[in-house]
Amino acid sequence: MFTPAIEIENLTKDYPTGFLNTRKRRSLDGLTMQVAEGEIFGFLGPNGAGKSTTIKLLMGIIFPTAGKARILARPISDVAMHRDIGYLPEQPYFYDYLTAAELLDYFARFHNLPAAVRKERVRILLKKVGLETAGKIQLRKYSKGMLQRVGLAQAILHDPKVVVLDEPMSGLDPVGRREVRDIILELKQQGKTVMFSTHILPDAESLCDRVGVIVGGKLHGVGRPDEIVGAKAQGYEILFEYSGAPFAAPVLAKAEQSGSRFRLQVPEEKLYAVMDELRQSGARIVGVTQLKPTLEDFFLHLVGADRAQATAVEVSGK
Amino acid sequence: MRNAGIVAWNTFREAVRDRVLYNLVFFALLMIAAAIIVGQISIDIENTVIVSLGLTAISVIGLLIAVFIGVGLVSKEIEKRTLYALLAKPVSRAQFLAGKFGGLVLTLAVNTAAMAAGLFLAVLYAKHGLQAGDAGILIAVYFILLKLALVVALALLFSCFTTPLLAILFTAGLYVAGLFVGDMRTIHSTQMSEAMQAFLRWLSYLLPNFENYDVMGAVAHGRGVPGALVLHNTLYTLLYCGIVLFAAAVIFSRKNLK
Repeated sequence: MFTPAIEIENLTKDYPTGFLNTRKRRSLDGLTMQVAEGEIFGFLGPNGAGKSTTIKLLMGIIFPTAGKARILARPISDVAMHRDIGYLPEQPYFYDYLTAAELLDYFARFHNLPAAVRKERVRILLKKVGLETAGKIQLRKYSKGMLQRVGLAQAILHDPKVVVLDEPMSGLDPVGRREVRDIILELKQQGKTVMFSTHILPDAESLCDRVGVIVGGKLHGVGRPDEIVGAKAQGYEILFEYSGAPFAAPVLAKAEQSGSRFRLQVPEEKLYAVMDELRQSGARIVGVTQLKPTLEDFFLHLVGADRAQATAVEVSGK
Repeated sequence: MRNAGIVAWNTFREAVRDRVLYNLVFFALLMIAAAIIVGQISIDIENTVIVSLGLTAISVIGLLIAVFIGVGLVSKEIEKRTLYALLAKPVSRAQFLAGKFGGLVLTLAVNTAAMAAGLFLAVLYAKHGLQAGDAGILIAVYFILLKLALVVALALLFSCFTTPLLAILFTAGLYVAGLFVGDMRTIHSTQMSEAMQAFLRWLSYLLPNFENYDVMGAVAHGRGVPGALVLHNTLYTLLYCGIVLFAAAVIFSRKNLK
């Protein structure tokens, strides 16, 4: 059963612009979607698409022009609800006069955790994000990646039911990204709901139960990654080795050489015929891969269409 | 209340780690120099000069801290985005503001208390002993602290809706205007219309009355301070700060952060 942890209904945000703030720029346009309890939800979109705006609205950092949202069935204006949520801001920055351990202890105090529990939680979390040896260093000496790790630690410090992460992989090296992926998966195993925004599409594709793609402030699709890009195969790619005379078979002329191997894309209905032809010409077939559109293809298609539309509007002067 | 206390303690810790209390070194040097020099050049007015100088220094240093740090209490948190993670915790914006106010007032209280101790040491050095009348210094210092709390509240209010520079100008302007509240109430000028005089009288009740906190002259000359004034100033500060902080909370609770 689909029990929503986050419900967003017609959420709209306009920012005033111009010298006298009389004009408005719509950053988020009637966003409606839900994130189910216990799922990992990826929020995808290019820069300025409205991802961070949505997350800031959910966290009460900014206020909606229209629409409403609820987290764990409670309105986002309910401060007490924040006991059950964790949030990592985009490019986080914290009090640089504190050490990481002091910062985590400071935030833990708002959750009424006893001193002994706080101390233990801080120790565990610092270890989890790989900062156990840097816990007593002031944050002003931290790198961007280390701040990101502290940010993640403070978001899950109080064992929240819903975790919202704004670009959690940003500023991290491959090891750090792997660790964040592991933490997100661990949260899911614990039954937590995780919503995160990202530009890194392979991460979203491999981690998320569902994704939402937002472009130009509008939602362009929500669903399982394979669902929203279309599950239908677009053909097959045959990988083969061939050392005979060049172009012994007509089909070889269409292949792309990559080192000692060749790649050939064929439509589904011609797959077996082409494979027979290759075998007869002396090629050794190494593998056959089904070609499906990736999330990245879908994403780039949407962004391209949005930019083309924006340019058209600009040219027509509307 | 508990959340405000947590924020307040962190604000105090920030002030300490950012070396705000280093001003005490300057004050200590000033008092040592004053005690030595005044003791050599003054005839029977050492106490008056040292007390006046000390209380003025406590007031000026406190005002500088209250205004310049006060306007940055909120704006710095927004500018550096340190507030984002905090607002995702179960902390209301009103609790945050109350905590920031409390933290800076605590810093000023510690600072003022340390400077008052320094002033007493200077008086002790100059007079080779303390008298009962010197207790008035404590009341003067207490009034300075009340005044500083009110300045912090005003700085906090202005920083909730304007830039730090304008907030400094507004706070300083209101402080100066508040020093002339008495004159505004008693003004009788043939050059000014009745309507303008009535407006000034009305305005004088709206402005914070900083005149009432000034008992420096009386204390420096060993005169007592009426108990009623202590009660009046205490209640006035509590009420005025309460109203200003409430207004700040209303504005800040609707503010879209960047």
